[in-house]
Amino acid sequence: MIGTIDEIAIRTDGVSRSYQMGDALVRAVDDVSIAIRSKEFVALLGSSGSGKSTLLNLMAGLDRPTSGAIFARGRNLAEMNSEDFAQHRSHTVGMVFQSFNLLPRMTLEENVELPLRLAEVERNDRAGRVREAVERVRLTARLTHRPSELSGGEQQRAALARALVNRPTILLADEPTGNLDSVTGDAILHLLQEINASLGMTIVMVTHDHDRAARFAHRIVTMADGKLTSDGIKS
Amino acid sequence: MKARDLTELAGRNLREALLRNSLTTLGIAVGVASLVAMLSLGVGLQELASKRLSRSGLFDAVFVSSRMNRGFGRPARPDPANASPAKPLDEEARRKIAGLANVVEVYPEIRFPTEIQFEGKPFSTTVAGIPASAKSDGAFDGMKGAFFSGPNVDEAILQIEFARDLSTQPDSLLGKDLALRYAERQPLPAEPSAGKSKAAAGGTAPHPGESDLSPGFSIVPREKIFRIVGVVETEPATGFGGFGRGRLLIPLQVAETLRIAQANDLREILRGTSSKGNYDSLTVRVKGPSQVKSVEDAIQSQGFTTFSLLDATKSLRQVFAVFDLLLGIFGSLALAVASLGIINTLVMAILERRREIGILKALGAADRDIRRLFFAEAGVMGLLGGILGVALGWLIGSALTFGTNAYLRRQELPPIDLSSIPWWMVAGAIGFSVLVSLAAGIYPASRAAKLNPVEALRYE
Repeated sequence: MIGTIDEIAIRTDGVSRSYQMGDALVRAVDDVSIAIRSKEFVALLGSSGSGKSTLLNLMAGLDRPTSGAIFARGRNLAEMNSEDFAQHRSHTVGMVFQSFNLLPRMTLEENVELPLRLAEVERNDRAGRVREAVERVRLTARLTHRPSELSGGEQQRAALARALVNRPTILLADEPTGNLDSVTGDAILHLLQEINASLGMTIVMVTHDHDRAARFAHRIVTMADGKLTSDGIKS
Repeated sequence: MKARDLTELAGRNLREALLRNSLTTLGIAVGVASLVAMLSLGVGLQELASKRLSRSGLFDAVFVSSRMNRGFGRPARPDPANASPAKPLDEEARRKIAGLANVVEVYPEIRFPTEIQFEGKPFSTTVAGIPASAKSDGAFDGMKGAFFSGPNVDEAILQIEFARDLSTQPDSLLGKDLALRYAERQPLPAEPSAGKSKAAAGGTAPHPGESDLSPGFSIVPREKIFRIVGVVETEPATGFGGFGRGRLLIPLQVAETLRIAQANDLREILRGTSSKGNYDSLTVRVKGPSQVKSVEDAIQSQGFTTFSLLDATKSLRQVFAVFDLLLGIFGSLALAVASLGIINTLVMAILERRREIGILKALGAADRDIRRLFFAEAGVMGLLGGILGVALGWLIGSALTFGTNAYLRRQELPPIDLSSIPWWMVAGAIGFSVLVSLAAGIYPASRAAKLNPVEALRYE
């Protein structure tokens, strides 16, 4: 369920994620506290290695923080067991990646249906939900095509439909335009903007493109060396 | 993830790497086939031995002798504490034994050395009386000619070696007559004049069990014509006393009417009981091996000594159980090698599908789902390998049976069923194949489930 703009969709409290690389301890995310409200479109900006993707993975439930807490729907992800963690990935968040990450041997329809299978949605309900998600990204004509038969933009739209099909409250996008030309990239961002506006879905997008972040996001959060360096809401 | 979705995804994954998964499945199939072929041979041989032995009548028969006969050339055995007094094994005892529950028939062992006349030439041989029930014995399978047309017909079946003594072409003997010469036992009458008249009248002396107070008997040479109706390859067993020695077989009821002088007749004279017409031994056929013990106990309680091959069947089963176990172990070795193939295939699949596992986790798959997916793939390979393996095992067994029977036919021996695959072996082999495959999938499945999704998604 999509909340009001004043509700917190996801919040991090002093989150850190460090890795041991040989003798050195690398702090990819260092004591980050941020609250993202419902219906917000947040751009997480930063150069390569700034820790923005690591923070996104922590919010997505793909990784666990070394310290600190991440709250979504009132529960601390850091304290969840692996089953609850999977439930969070399945029902609370939807993920879009730079490299699309569609399964090459499946058709577009099967790729979009996959999260429904994992969430144990009844077979009778699946076709309608797949159609709804695919219509939203305007790919109905390509349902039976495999990823290799789709253009980059179509693949990213298919990935977007797959992220939406389980009706999550938060959409997490990791460099969604990184592998696309500027026109196609803009089209994807327009689509994200449309989803944010029409569905009221919270969007957190990792990017290193400041201009695009400024054009499409409500709020720009900047990171460097694992720390938040700025957090500004556009007027 | 639901079972149906899991199976569909597993099937799809297996189809993706069709060649590798087919080869792995074939490896399992070969392992199962070797197991099934080995066990089917063991079971087939066991069934063959059991069938032959049970049809021979050795395992559903009780051999009965009188306790009065002990000490005549065989060591005396201690009597059971509650044994009843020794009794003569006469016609009355035969009737009583025949009346016991689960007893099918009771017949004496009649076997005697004698001479026959065939086409004017004399031949020494041993004659044995064969009960009508022996028709179902394995020994008469594939015989040339036919079994006796009735229990009281003057027909003879020749054992092949003896038939070859009579003619270089044993088949040509069928339908020809031979004259059996034998010594008839005639009790001496109470009054010499009456006895002479009886003998002169053609021998109407009393049968075993008939009352006769005479102290001895006379031996009268006789001759009887028998028509040869069959030639048998193997030597049929008709009791424990000396199976394999009958070279000329005649119906038992006919043999009984001949009143042949037997070895125990002399012993009866020494005891002064020759006139009673006691049997040396009786063979009691019961409904099945499981009834042998109760019938044996009942006969012992009547005052007779018994012997059966029940202990021997137990030993036989034990030997075959060990035999089957050893064959099973050798067969399982191939399946163990095949299970290494499953582990290798699935570990390779983890490496190849590392990114896919990461994607599945990102889309909401729990560790449990990934584990079950790999388990399902291993299980499907095990199931298909098991089914294919049973079919292959059956083919191997059939080929061995075919080859063996081709050899036996050249040796002019009857065919046999060398291998046997009962339903429990089919179910067991497939089940075992699935179990071994699942066990082989434990390590790859848990390794896949533990994969870090962030690292897996980075994998190219």
